[in-house]
Amino acid sequence: MVRMDTPPLLEVRDLQVHFKVFGGHLKVLDGVNMIVRAGEKVGLVGESGCGKTTTMKAILRILPQPPAKIVGGQVLFRGQDVLRMRPDELRQIRGRGISMIFQDPTAALNPVFTIGQQLGDVIRYSHRNGRLDARQIQLKALQSLKEVALADPERLLHSYPIQLSGGMRQRVCIAMALATQPELLIADEPGTSLDVTIQDQILRLLHNLVVERNTSIILITHTLGVVREVTDRVYVMYAGSIVESAPTKTLFANPMFPYTRGLMQSVPRLSGGGVAEGIPGRIPNYLHPPSGCRFHPRCPHVMEICRREKPPMFTVGEEHYVACYLYAC
Amino acid sequence: MAWSPSEMTLGDQATLFKELAMRLVTFILRRALHSIFVLLGLSVVIFGISRILPGDPARMAVGARAPQWVVDNLRAQMHLDEPLFVQYGYWLADAVQGKFGISLVTRREVAEDIKEFFPATLELALFAGILMGGFGILLGTISAQHKDRWIDNVVRVLSYLGVVTPAFVFAIIFMLVFGYWLKWLPTIGRLSEGLTRPPVITGLMTVDALLAGDLVVFWDALKHLILPAVALAMGGLAQEARITRATMSDNLTKDYIAAERALGIPERVIMGKYLLKPSLIPTVSILGLDFAGTLSSAFLVELIFNWPGISRYGINAMLRKDLNAIAAVILVLGVVFIVVNIIVDIVVAYLDPRIRLSAERSE
Repeated sequence: MVRMDTPPLLEVRDLQVHFKVFGGHLKVLDGVNMIVRAGEKVGLVGESGCGKTTTMKAILRILPQPPAKIVGGQVLFRGQDVLRMRPDELRQIRGRGISMIFQDPTAALNPVFTIGQQLGDVIRYSHRNGRLDARQIQLKALQSLKEVALADPERLLHSYPIQLSGGMRQRVCIAMALATQPELLIADEPGTSLDVTIQDQILRLLHNLVVERNTSIILITHTLGVVREVTDRVYVMYAGSIVESAPTKTLFANPMFPYTRGLMQSVPRLSGGGVAEGIPGRIPNYLHPPSGCRFHPRCPHVMEICRREKPPMFTVGEEHYVACYLYAC
Repeated sequence: MAWSPSEMTLGDQATLFKELAMRLVTFILRRALHSIFVLLGLSVVIFGISRILPGDPARMAVGARAPQWVVDNLRAQMHLDEPLFVQYGYWLADAVQGKFGISLVTRREVAEDIKEFFPATLELALFAGILMGGFGILLGTISAQHKDRWIDNVVRVLSYLGVVTPAFVFAIIFMLVFGYWLKWLPTIGRLSEGLTRPPVITGLMTVDALLAGDLVVFWDALKHLILPAVALAMGGLAQEARITRATMSDNLTKDYIAAERALGIPERVIMGKYLLKPSLIPTVSILGLDFAGTLSSAFLVELIFNWPGISRYGINAMLRKDLNAIAAVILVLGVVFIVVNIIVDIVVAYLDPRIRLSAERSE
């Protein structure tokens, strides 16, 4: 557990991202706020399409612009605003500062270069002091492949992504993201595209690696069990903003935002009850998002004020914040 | 291969090189074998056309006023009285040896004509091909990286114009502007009067001049080459720019580019290596077709610049029903298409391991 008074490594302030489409602007991120402290393991949950990946890509400035446009906000990494950095400053942050594991390992690997070429370049350009020669790069590449428990790394270096299985590709992506020795690792649903046993192995491996190195991590996942096991603190996202954040134990013991409660209930349990009811309705249209609280059309406790005004964050416990008028007093 | 050759022992390098060379040779041999069947098919078509067309080839060869017994002798000599498949056999046996008979127009061995005219067009097409590939890819890359900004719009409008304007229009405009008004470049033929052409080795004037060490002739030949080659290249160049732009701007939104950026790989390495290689695959395929097409469609440009090429020769042969010459020209162009396709396949297989690996698996 990381002490609460540790200064933040990453601080996202009021991040707003729009996507230009035919017929207007999709207001996808509507003021995202989050903090990650050094060494902290943070979970980010929310249904598909709520803007988790967009937030992460905006942090690294790798959203395709256009159509995306960062309209407002700040992304402070060690106190410096990533969104206002010059290209050379940005390159110091990418990789060595923050690196990322993508959702789909097949799409995240360049199909026409060998693993050795791609991993080799990641190692070459993220090396901190001086230049590495080809021999040193090869040794480091072999070592990173061994760390993610890949067999026969020598042969892998000469293989193309198409020659590997999904699980192997995911491990290669993890090896590449960790080869830069980042201070913060963003893991966007690692292993989602793989079968459950492999996914479990991958998550365990990832967890061990970041704990070993004391790397901070933002873990995006749909599997609440994983969140509970791995993270210190959780952010819950709904339709482009953070609606609740709390230490993991608190959140699971006492979820407060109506959406979070629904999320907890929608976990299928083997003992009793069968499949849970879930949350009725679906994520709103970003072209014309609901006024006030974006969750109000689906909320069972909706009040008059929810339709008019966007709720601010209310403090409801130690490190427990929720953006809901139910807790305003 | 992932590691620079200097990292390997000499033995490693030798084995690796041998292995690569072996794979390349097998690939070419296999493709050449396929090509023989294509050529056989082509030869049947050519032979068929020459026999279906009305008119007695023997009569056409000797002229209308020759006595009948001359025609009869010639018919016997040309095996025209025998069954078609026997005729085809004789014709093919000759064609394989490069014997296409006498051209009605030039009154020379067709093979001699081809030897003279083909290299001229090949030189033109090679130069045009280099321009198409080089500038097309360059413009497409610039366009993709500045997508939807003014420079992209300029390139897009220009490449539209390039695609829709026939080569002969460019030829006339260039001739007027650079030849007559500015007088920068010559507009007629392959070499200025007063210069002697270098000894024929490849038939490409510029290359032969360089081989002979004659820089004056080289420079003069190059100047003669520029206007017709650029006129011929414009369409393909615009096409290549458009394809490169489309593929590249599509690939720019791929996750692997975002991942490479996220992992701190410098932008110049991403653009020049990780984006360029996958983006070239469609361009190379079209470039091959455009290059081969240039050889056969250069007719008007060759006419305008008075370029003694095979395209002009071929069209003249067709206008005068010079069957021997037509057969030879079509066969030569067929061979060029096949060779270009093999080269394109090799380059694409180099660029795209997915194609390479599946080809090797299917063996």
